[in-house]
Amino acid sequence: MSSTPSAAPDRTPAALHERALADLQFIRRTMEGAAAFTTLSGAGLVAIGLSALGAGFLAGSSPGPAWLRVWVAEAVLAIAVGVTGTVWKTRAARLPILAGPLRKFGLALAAPSLAGAVLTIALALQGSYVLLPGVWLLLYGSGLLAGGTFSIGLVPVMGGCFMALGVAASLLPLSVGPLAMVAGFGGLHIVFGVLVARGHGG
Amino acid sequence: MSRLKGGAPLDAARELDALLHHRMRLGLVSALAAAEALSFNDLKALLETSDGNLSVHARKLEDAGYLTCSKTFENRRPRTDYRLTARGRQALGRYLGHMEAIIRRARDTLGH
Repeated sequence: MSSTPSAAPDRTPAALHERALADLQFIRRTMEGAAAFTTLSGAGLVAIGLSALGAGFLAGSSPGPAWLRVWVAEAVLAIAVGVTGTVWKTRAARLPILAGPLRKFGLALAAPSLAGAVLTIALALQGSYVLLPGVWLLLYGSGLLAGGTFSIGLVPVMGGCFMALGVAASLLPLSVGPLAMVAGFGGLHIVFGVLVARGHGG
Repeated sequence: MSRLKGGAPLDAARELDALLHHRMRLGLVSALAAAEALSFNDLKALLETSDGNLSVHARKLEDAGYLTCSKTFENRRPRTDYRLTARGRQALGRYLGHMEAIIRRARDTLGH
């Protein structure tokens, strides 16, 4: 976002008209950019983390069909909570729901989420449940890293943490996977949710 | 645009808030109009500027009563948050009004 000072003022009507248009566009862009700093719901992230802790407890530590069902249900719940929290906070700030940065963040997160859904089906059909924690953590982390470009600096950091857990879940003994899921989707969401709530208005 | 006639846009320009006519200060006020509060670091990232530049312009807006600044400690590190005052919000509203008036008058002059 360019914010350099104007050059020597040109006060011809044509220059003023151009400057006025440029200023209005600049104000709109800046306000949309600022919205990205306010619309991520820290409380929503904490709620997602708490529900993930519950899911981890219910799912247990042995990936299989029942384990998968619990985590898929948790994913649906988390999406609902995340969207609701963001919409609520965006409306409270009297900003458009589909403002530029929010839309870009959603799109950046949607692509790896779709890839994760397809890979989940493929791996479940092959019975390779133990690979799912690494896949989910890596893809979610990559989505946050990409989407974080349009949001506050904490988001890409959270993405990096998710990717690190994904690497651990993929390369360390397979028993680490379910624990990494709980640490990531539970612990990281709670920690970063608190940081967002404290630093960015709820 | 060079065929514009009359002095109406110039009249509107004369009424412009000189403080907000600077891009950095306009960016600061616009950002804070969209967010309840933003930290120094958030604003620095959003406006892609340096610590020194941001400090200078934020201070000018603070002196004019457009912003308030609060300093706290977070994990033993200093944290500075800015908020737009009612006066700052009114100034931005007036500035927007003047910008729209300039555009409207220019279009009227061109017969659009």
